[in-house]
Amino acid sequence: MRVVSIVNADATISRVSECEEGHGFIPKIEIPLTRRSFLKGSGILMGTLVTGTTLSALAPSNVWAVELKTLNTAKGQTLMAMGRTLYPHKNLPDAVYALLAKDLDSKATGSQEIKRGLLEGIEKLNKDAGGNFAKVSASKKLEIVKAMEGTPFFDLVRGQCVTSLYNNDMTFAVFGYPGAIWEKGGYINRGFQDLKWLPAPDAESSPAPYRG
Amino acid sequence: MTKFDFNDDSVVVVIGSGAGGGTLANELAQKGVKVVGLEAGARQSPATFIQDEWKSFGQIAWLDNRTTSGDWRVAKNFPNLPSWICKTVGGTTTHWAGASLRFQEHEFKARTTYGNLAGANLQDWPITLAELEPYYAKAEDKMGVTRTNGIPGLPGNNNFKVMYAGAKKLGYKEVHTGRMAINSQPRDGRGRCLQMGFCFQGCKSGAKWSTLYTEIPKAEATGNYELRTESHVTRIEHNAAGKVTGVVYFDKDGVERRQKARIVCVAGNSIESPRLLLMSASNMFKDGLANSSGQVGKNYMRHMTGSVYAAFENTVNMYKGTTMAGIVRDEARHDPSRGFVGGYELETLSLGVPFMAAFLDPGGWGSDFAWWMENYTKLAGMWIVGEDMPRETNRVTLNTSIKDKYGNPVPNVHFDDHSNDIAMRNHAFAQGEKIYQAAGAVKTFRTPPYPSTHNLGTNRMSEKAKNGVVNKWGQTHDIPNLFVSDGSQFTTGGAENPTLTIVTLAIRQADYIAKQMSERAI
Repeated sequence: MRVVSIVNADATISRVSECEEGHGFIPKIEIPLTRRSFLKGSGILMGTLVTGTTLSALAPSNVWAVELKTLNTAKGQTLMAMGRTLYPHKNLPDAVYALLAKDLDSKATGSQEIKRGLLEGIEKLNKDAGGNFAKVSASKKLEIVKAMEGTPFFDLVRGQCVTSLYNNDMTFAVFGYPGAIWEKGGYINRGFQDLKWLPAPDAESSPAPYRG
Repeated sequence: MTKFDFNDDSVVVVIGSGAGGGTLANELAQKGVKVVGLEAGARQSPATFIQDEWKSFGQIAWLDNRTTSGDWRVAKNFPNLPSWICKTVGGTTTHWAGASLRFQEHEFKARTTYGNLAGANLQDWPITLAELEPYYAKAEDKMGVTRTNGIPGLPGNNNFKVMYAGAKKLGYKEVHTGRMAINSQPRDGRGRCLQMGFCFQGCKSGAKWSTLYTEIPKAEATGNYELRTESHVTRIEHNAAGKVTGVVYFDKDGVERRQKARIVCVAGNSIESPRLLLMSASNMFKDGLANSSGQVGKNYMRHMTGSVYAAFENTVNMYKGTTMAGIVRDEARHDPSRGFVGGYELETLSLGVPFMAAFLDPGGWGSDFAWWMENYTKLAGMWIVGEDMPRETNRVTLNTSIKDKYGNPVPNVHFDDHSNDIAMRNHAFAQGEKIYQAAGAVKTFRTPPYPSTHNLGTNRMSEKAKNGVVNKWGQTHDIPNLFVSDGSQFTTGGAENPTLTIVTLAIRQADYIAKQMSERAI
């Protein structure tokens, strides 16, 4: 069974050193869900996966939690709401958008400049929403975010979405992308030509697979 | 393992270990020529390749800082990533998709065939298809290209089935699973393709030809080849007679080294190769080595590219199986009635979810973008690759305002589309969409060019010294013991994926170098 990690198996370009494992497997990062470790953080994002969904069937637990080190919980929730406005996927759980907040939080932890930019951007989102960006309607959210397009804050959050939202096991599972297939021997005996709704190509254009 | 002395001035130094450098080194080593290879990247293997798009990118892509300018969208969306090529042993043969097509006869005579296009610096190659044919045959045999040498074609995957159905409905004739340097059956000690679909991330089964596990170990087995990895060349040196004498490089520990040489061959791809020649400027060669023509770095080509993705009612799962699983060749002809000169190929292509998010519509967001991502399993995709026009103004220059970790200027890559490129791209986008509509697409999408994988032309081959950098053998016009051995030699780009032609030129160049050495001409 695929283990759905609640922590992004993030692989930004800067983490080249982690790619040197000799076997080609992708390390999964686990975080302990202990109260003590949460107490060190500045905020916590928590939730549950909806039971009966693809993910809840695959995940070891339906409860998820993400710890923030610099931003507080409310600011994390604002970023989650902005992520869902930029890339609105009804079928992706909040847990995925929490990865966006977590990754931005970790950038803020590493850079005062990014932290300042995030705090100012979050403040502007809330101000434009008349108080709490996360609570206004989807159409109002879209209007507010669209008005910020092209600002450094917008670019930072949107750019982070590309890896935070689309490079994790939960999104892979929901979108039906299996990821690595080497361990299973590829698709040669696993449906690489199982499409049946179009006529099959002739044998000269597409010869039969070699079977030894 | 063979070791050559730093002061051994009888060796040939080959900079780079990809399609050009890896092949040339092996060909020379097989003939008994002593070769020192200097490769900027580290050595991976099928066992260490990673089937995770971002992690693999971090492992094998060339990520040294570069800058961009010009009207191409890459400069806006990926300002520090003009190209998607590799810094690793085997170079971009680790990442390439395997398409191995010969140039067409007229593509070696672009100036004669296409005429004098305003804003284009077209020339005929100083060689013909007929001269290259015996070497193309050697390259196809070496690489195990399907549909040559009695090797069967690969079986088509789901992505190909969609392309095939649509293309045939549209009346296209030459539609098949391509000529691919991917084993359709076991050959040359390597197994057959397992249809994993991670061709771009380094082939974990070794079915796809790469110099990493073919040319390089074969060269090492001769005892005539020493490959020094993580060795970044920063300068080519010369003597008072104007002959090159060796190279200066930084080794894996950051120690500056000097390797003497009888001959130096540059195969660092079309950005680093001209950069190295320019950085090697001296009192004698003030504009850089081999640059009396002023053409070093100019005529940068990247192929006219783009992609078409289409969504269907039913599941495709395009990610299953070879990335480039099939081709439509009918549009590769030269037929100016279409509104442009030259031609293009249509080849299937697939990206995983992570790279689809990055490349489908760079900078894109909103509910339309989200719709495409959610329908990932219902998508089919194809890549367009066609001949782009060489232009003197499209060029690699030294950006002296930004320095790399060795204190050298980073390369700037400037590119503006020629109007011919734009006309061809629009035609290809339309044809690609028609193919998918004929197969029942509910929606189609025009994806802009990715960062360039086909980088060509910046040390172009020419009959006359005033028009280019190297002669018909890849030997620089100015310095007889300095060669260029990669795609930067290309006079024009042709419509075809360039690797087969790079390998072909390297085999031919090795014959020439060995002969010149034995005749003591060099």
